[in-house]
Amino acid sequence: MSGQAGERSDASGAQWPLYEVFVRSKRGLNHVHVGSLRAADERMALRHARDVYTRRNEGVSIWVVAAADITASSPDEKDPFFAPSGDKVYRHPTFYDIPDDVPHM
Amino acid sequence: MSFDNAYEAITEQNDARWAFGTGFDSPLSGVDSELPEGVDRADLAAYSLMLADDALVVSHRLQQWCTHAPELEEEVALANIALDLLGQARMLYSRAGQAEGGDRAEDDYAYFRTESEFGNVRLAELAQPDFAFLVATLLVFTTWRLALLQRMTGSRDPVLAAIAAKGIKEVTYHRDYAAQWVVRLGDGTDYSRQRMRDALEAVWPYVDELFATHPVERRMAEAGVGADPASLRDECAAVFGTVLESATLEVPQVSPRAGVAGRAGRHGVHTESMGYLVAELQSVARAYPEATW
Repeated sequence: MSGQAGERSDASGAQWPLYEVFVRSKRGLNHVHVGSLRAADERMALRHARDVYTRRNEGVSIWVVAAADITASSPDEKDPFFAPSGDKVYRHPTFYDIPDDVPHM
Repeated sequence: MSFDNAYEAITEQNDARWAFGTGFDSPLSGVDSELPEGVDRADLAAYSLMLADDALVVSHRLQQWCTHAPELEEEVALANIALDLLGQARMLYSRAGQAEGGDRAEDDYAYFRTESEFGNVRLAELAQPDFAFLVATLLVFTTWRLALLQRMTGSRDPVLAAIAAKGIKEVTYHRDYAAQWVVRLGDGTDYSRQRMRDALEAVWPYVDELFATHPVERRMAEAGVGADPASLRDECAAVFGTVLESATLEVPQVSPRAGVAGRAGRHGVHTESMGYLVAELQSVARAYPEATW
C-alpha cells in the first residue's frame, strides 16, 4: 500500500487508481482482503470486484476502498509497534473456561 | 463440453477452502424435462436453436476480446458475460436435442452446422471493431434478451422457463454493464462521445430485425411456449431511451438494414462476417472431429 501504488492517474488517463477489495464469504463473518484492482471510480471498482473476485461463488458482500485512502503501519515501525505485546500472554483470555455455547471466540 | 457434472468436483466437502466458493448447483436440477403436451417438437427444437444461436454467437464475439480488452478488469468482465451466455446456449442446445428426439447434442449444433443453419439475429454476429461498438451491441442485445427471458419464465415448457429464470439474473447484470459504459462514453469526453455515437449509428440498422416475428416464433408464442418478439418493441425502446438520455445521446435515426427478400438472421441469412465467425468457432472441432474435452 505504498504511496506509489495508490497514486491517482492524471487527466491523460495513464492509469486508473488502485482499489483494495474485501469480500465476505457465505460462511465468513467478516470481510476478508482478497486483492486489489484498478477502476476509474468507486462504482466501477465495486463492479470490477464482482467480476474479478467473486467468479467462483465466493462472496455475498463486497467492500472496495481506494488504496490511497488506507493508512498503513510501516515495516520500520514493526518493533516499537508489535514487539512490546510479545511477552504478555496473560492478555489472552486463555485462563478462563469458555462455555461451549459461546460462538465465534 | 463432455463432462457430466462439473458441480461434483466442488462440493461442500471442500468447506475449509472457502476461496473455492460453495453452493454450486446444476441450474436444471429438479426440472421436469418431459416435453409439454400438444407442443410441436420440431417447432420447439427450432425455437430453442434460435435462442441458443443468439447466445452462442454473442458469446463468441465477446471471447474474441480476451487479450484485446482495454483493461484487465474489463477483460474478465467480458469473459464472465461470454461464459454466462455460453451456459445459456448449452442448455438451449440440449433442449433442442431433446425436442428433436434424434441423437444430436449440443456439440453437433454448435460445431457441425453450416452458417445458413444458424438462426441467430444478425446483430449478434457483427464484428466489433472497437469497445464502443461492443457496448452498443451488448446494450441492445441484452435489453432485448432480458425482455424476452422475462416473458419466457411463464413458458409452458418447464425447461425453457427454468433456463429463462436463470438467465434473467445473468442478463440483468450484462445489461447494466453495457448501460454503464454507454453512459460513461456518451457523457464523457468529446472524443469518447463521438466514438459512442458512431458506434450506435453503426449498430442501430440491425435493431429492427430483433422485433420481426419468424413463423416459428409466432407459433411458439401462440402455443404459450415462447414470446412474440414484436411484443418486446415498446419495452426495449423505453430502455434504450432512458440509457441514451443518461448518456446525453439520442436514439439514432437510421433506416433498418433490410434482409434478402424479407429473410434475415432467423432464416439463416447472415452478414458477411458470420462466415468468418463460424469458421473460427468450428475450426478445432472440424479438424479433430473425434476429439473430446
